[in-house]
Amino acid sequence: MTDLAWIDAALTSARPRAVSALLRYFRDLDTAEEAFQDACLRALQHWPQNGPPRDPAAWLIFVGRNIAIDAARRRGKQEPLPAEDIISDLSDAEAELAEQIDGADYRDDILRLLFICCHPDLPATQQIAVALRIVSGLSVKQIARAFLVSESAMEQRITRAKSSMAAADVAFETPGAVERAERLAAVATMIYLVFNEGYSAQGAAAAARAPLCDEAIRLARLLLRLFPGEPEIMGLMALLLLQHARSSARFDADGAIVLLEDQDRSLWNREMIAEGLALIDKAMRHKRSGPYQLQAAIAALHARAARPEDTDWAQIDLLYAALERLQPSPVITLNRAVAVAKVRGPAAALAMIEPLAPRLSGYFHFFGVKGALLLQLGRAREARTAFDQAIALANTTAEAAHIRMQLDRLIKDSGPDRDAEARPKRH
Amino acid sequence: MLYAILCYDSEDVVGSWSKQEEDAVMAKLAVVQEKLAKQGRLGPVARLMPTTAATTVRKAREPLVLDGPFAETKEQLLGFYIVDCASLDEAIEIAQDLARASSTAGAYEIRPLLLFRPGAGAA
Repeated sequence: MTDLAWIDAALTSARPRAVSALLRYFRDLDTAEEAFQDACLRALQHWPQNGPPRDPAAWLIFVGRNIAIDAARRRGKQEPLPAEDIISDLSDAEAELAEQIDGADYRDDILRLLFICCHPDLPATQQIAVALRIVSGLSVKQIARAFLVSESAMEQRITRAKSSMAAADVAFETPGAVERAERLAAVATMIYLVFNEGYSAQGAAAAARAPLCDEAIRLARLLLRLFPGEPEIMGLMALLLLQHARSSARFDADGAIVLLEDQDRSLWNREMIAEGLALIDKAMRHKRSGPYQLQAAIAALHARAARPEDTDWAQIDLLYAALERLQPSPVITLNRAVAVAKVRGPAAALAMIEPLAPRLSGYFHFFGVKGALLLQLGRAREARTAFDQAIALANTTAEAAHIRMQLDRLIKDSGPDRDAEARPKRH
Repeated sequence: MLYAILCYDSEDVVGSWSKQEEDAVMAKLAVVQEKLAKQGRLGPVARLMPTTAATTVRKAREPLVLDGPFAETKEQLLGFYIVDCASLDEAIEIAQDLARASSTAGAYEIRPLLLFRPGAGAA
């Protein structure tokens, strides 16, 4: 590993703590970010010669604070520049001072920084963009690439988002327990959004957005380190790891979707699965269930199955039932139906999803699942209608192609004449 | 004499490595390990999951279960090697080889073993 690569990793990992401490100090995001940037430049000059400081974040906070204060003084009094060695000659005593600035509140500092990005007036995509820019430190160019927009468009979007954030006036006092819990929940949602933005991408966008999944996992890890006893944050982290572990098996060489059942499980990332399982184990001990833990537990059951037929569908059905009680939603019921089909057969599953039709009439997956169930029941003509509706609602070409593949199989299996009569299939 | 070489580093920094950086460091470390293995001096090697996966049981009359690592430190225990060395100098040499292979800001702590039971059956 080169020095420069090490410095880069150190700056990236120090960023949330340093920017959030500078934000508390200056109470202005632009000033804090600028101070951090200047401190990073200083680090690039000093660290290769003097070796890395013991606590990079404390160093950056201290240097960043001094540079920003000096800049403010200069603007105020038009004084000559201070000598370089006065601001940059750091000793251990100064690192201790940085420790004081940083203080024991860094946990709430970082949470505040993350929370500011979740401003409810900001649409989800802007929350994500801002979090990636401010907390993760991704360049505008990288973010623009992930969202498939031009760099200038993304720059504008972030600038606009930042001004609404500045107007939001988030309290700088140490939050109370209730407020902290609210902030934590909002931040967890935002991290999940970042992950989903990467995870749900298909085709050409998939490669560009893959780093978002890694960033989300990094943010979740950061959050869990700050709040190590929160089972839902353990659940979130486990969920992200268990889902991301499957990423190299989810699409084939042509970019077509590979369903969970058909995935080559040897491509799943065993290290991520092991860590995800360890976290869900830890979380369950608390006996304080929540949506992330339940979703992670479902993902864990898939991860534990060596072959698709080893999947504990009965347990998955129960977990979805618990999730339904916690967060009633037609989409969760639809997911549950897939498990029900395995446990109690396609007829029971179909009966379960039919009442959802009015609420999911615009939802691609509803018709995809419905078509597959009808097909299993041998109701080919109805299956074809459902698949046609799914194709019309597909969000991506990969989704449409996947359904078309099932349709082709249907036509091949039944033949045009047999399909016209909609005779039940015998195999 | 057997020595434990404990690897301490900032897991934040290690976690910020790209896949390529991670692979490059691991490949360099593997070279050091292979040399030791060929000489029959390499004992068990372990890499630990991040401290977010840690659980701590505090001794008390009723032992207390806490989430997270035992101590909040700037560097975390990320893994360890057990090596067979004729002298401390040799152990230091190995640690230096490892340090050169992964030029981060962390440290290797060398601890002579008082007792070693290799165990059987696990993993």
